[in-house]
Amino acid sequence: MNFDLTEEQQLLADTAREVLSRSYDTESRNKIIDSDLGWSRDVWSQLAEIGILGLGFEAEESGPTEVMVVMTEIGRRLAPEPVAAAALIPGSVIAAYGSADQRALLDDVASGQRLLAFAHTEPGRRGAAELTTRATRQGESWTLTGRKNPVLAGDSADVLVVTAALPGGGSGLFLVAGDAATRHPFRTFDGQRGADVELDNTTAQPLGPGGDATSAIESAVIRFQAALCAEAVGAMDESLRLTTEYLKARKQFGVPLKTFQTLTQRAADMYVSLELARSMSFYAAVCVADGRFDPMVAARSKLQIGRSGRHIAQEAIQLHGGIGVTAEYPIAHYAARLTAIEQTFGSPTDQLRYLSGQVGSYGVAAL
Amino acid sequence: MRLALNEADSAFRDELRVFFTTQIPAEILERARNDELRYPEDMVTTQQILNKAGLAVPNWPVEWGGKDWTPLQHQIWADEMRLAGVPEPLAFNAGMVGPVIAQFGSQELKERFLPATANLDIWWCQGFSEPEAGSDLASLRTTALRDGDHYVINGQKTWTTLGQYADWIFVLARTDPAAPKKQAGISFILLEMSTPGITLRPIKLIDGSYEVNEVFFEDVRVPANQLVGEENAGWSYAKFLLSNERSGIARVGTSKVWLAEVKERATKTPVGGGTMLEDPLFAARVAEIETELLALELTQLRVSGDEGTGKPNPASSILKLRGSQLQQAVTELLVEVAGPDGLPFGAPDAVDSPAWAQHAAPKYLNYRKTSIYGGSNEIQRTIISSTILGL
Repeated sequence: MNFDLTEEQQLLADTAREVLSRSYDTESRNKIIDSDLGWSRDVWSQLAEIGILGLGFEAEESGPTEVMVVMTEIGRRLAPEPVAAAALIPGSVIAAYGSADQRALLDDVASGQRLLAFAHTEPGRRGAAELTTRATRQGESWTLTGRKNPVLAGDSADVLVVTAALPGGGSGLFLVAGDAATRHPFRTFDGQRGADVELDNTTAQPLGPGGDATSAIESAVIRFQAALCAEAVGAMDESLRLTTEYLKARKQFGVPLKTFQTLTQRAADMYVSLELARSMSFYAAVCVADGRFDPMVAARSKLQIGRSGRHIAQEAIQLHGGIGVTAEYPIAHYAARLTAIEQTFGSPTDQLRYLSGQVGSYGVAAL
Repeated sequence: MRLALNEADSAFRDELRVFFTTQIPAEILERARNDELRYPEDMVTTQQILNKAGLAVPNWPVEWGGKDWTPLQHQIWADEMRLAGVPEPLAFNAGMVGPVIAQFGSQELKERFLPATANLDIWWCQGFSEPEAGSDLASLRTTALRDGDHYVINGQKTWTTLGQYADWIFVLARTDPAAPKKQAGISFILLEMSTPGITLRPIKLIDGSYEVNEVFFEDVRVPANQLVGEENAGWSYAKFLLSNERSGIARVGTSKVWLAEVKERATKTPVGGGTMLEDPLFAARVAEIETELLALELTQLRVSGDEGTGKPNPASSILKLRGSQLQQAVTELLVEVAGPDGLPFGAPDAVDSPAWAQHAAPKYLNYRKTSIYGGSNEIQRTIISSTILGL
């Protein structure tokens, strides 16, 4: 057991941090998230160049720990590029289950030429076991009918990785050309992009050999959750850093805010929340790296990250005062992102509902 | 990064698990489970069994009975001991005065005290807090003035836990009352409890227990060779001790075992159409605390690697802060499982209220202490905000 990063992983973190902090400050980020695309193709190419868009596609080269390290840096800088949603997560699904032809697509993803999206969530349905999107077979060809929303990065995806109920029961994974579906793009409240994807007898290609992919879908969701946890840790870390800097610099009543214990004690609690969240992000990533796609691990990690994220986001704003709710200053953007992460792929309440149902099935809780 | 134990650590854990579950007398484990340990004999028996196997003071230097273990192995030792419900080696001996003597004491003091301290042949208690020096420990007033080969000690200590069983006490006392800074001029001195001039007054706690005491010193003459380390350098030894105390205080394994007990009791407690554990409101609270315990356990594993360097690790404040809150949260849940069955207290056998239920509320009330002792949680927050956050 150990929680140290290797030298290569540390180098990867440093490189990602450097590229992103060179690319974004609050003002330039605000400009980019207000553009049509919502992120920067130039930054995307830079990320491709340093190998970030292909992380985990070749298991012997990099894996979930590298994904975690990079996502934490994305969160720290609040980079709007959909690294997990448009590349790493759907890419990992294709890498694990796709045919040789399908996997060939990943070269273009890693080089930044093509974009993916994972179309799984369905509108108005929360953790429902059965998908309403249906797959239909006619001879050798398949079509999908149904609706997926929100599909993060679905607006710009060249290829969608779609989940659908199979005619004989179970759930399958399919690839659909982005422009074959009817897409209604939108912006999320934290400045990211997505689409409502309508499928109406839309031509689809089974991923790999096809058939029931229930556990593959579950694994993909767990990977996505782990990536979101890592991103949230970066956002929390930077939120706390900005808050402590503010407490040192801002003066009221003629003295720096850090003079007031009512504020510093709360900053200390934020630090505790941050470190507990960091531990759970490590836990989520390490388990995925070990091939342990355990819904208990994912639920506990996402629950802790959700609790810590909400605590840190709210306190960061409160400790800043009025400037904390403005769009010109970064802190509220972090709060927005943490709130969005909280509600993506299972809210804390969803996790708690799952965990509550399990508490009677074991005695002493174990890692 | 890697979560699983390697083969060697896994074998190490299995070996300890077997030892802790088979070598401690079953009746002691049973009494520990029911909060009915007999003092001091159950503590002495257990610690001597552990010490004979080299498992009482692994945190000490190897030449004094410690183990050349990795930080992870130390953590495994503590976890397995707690999961098995073994009464832990007396903290005042194993976790507090022992490491201080081993680190800062003379060869003579080490030889004189460490073997007997490890074996609980002598029972130590702590003389730190005073009526006017709680969180602000450095404002302590007890004096130790040099008189030839002796110090003469006058003053009062309080919150001295289990002092009624103690043979010796380690105290912080002011050897230089004129020192310019209140942290300067404090020394760390060892005293035999039977020394003339020492009196003990027990303090009854809200749960009916006698756990802590006041200790009064009136012209107590102590041989000067019972000073640890340098005169007037006691504050740095105290900080070393408190930092060790904090990391041991999280007691994640113990909270996990207690929470499992809460669940066990809750499955036997009917509410509505099912059991209490099937009640989503109650189950959610259990799940939430379990998650936080595991998050703290992982955090402990992350920071344990930095300990043993002799330098206080500020991250140990997280363990104390959160660990104490979670112990308290678990005791609160047990009160709710006990419900009205927990109202009788010390009731005769004819009263149909199980012993565990009668213990629940007193224990909950007693455990409010955990966020106060070892440096109150507010002090921990101050350490975090100043040392880690630079505020």
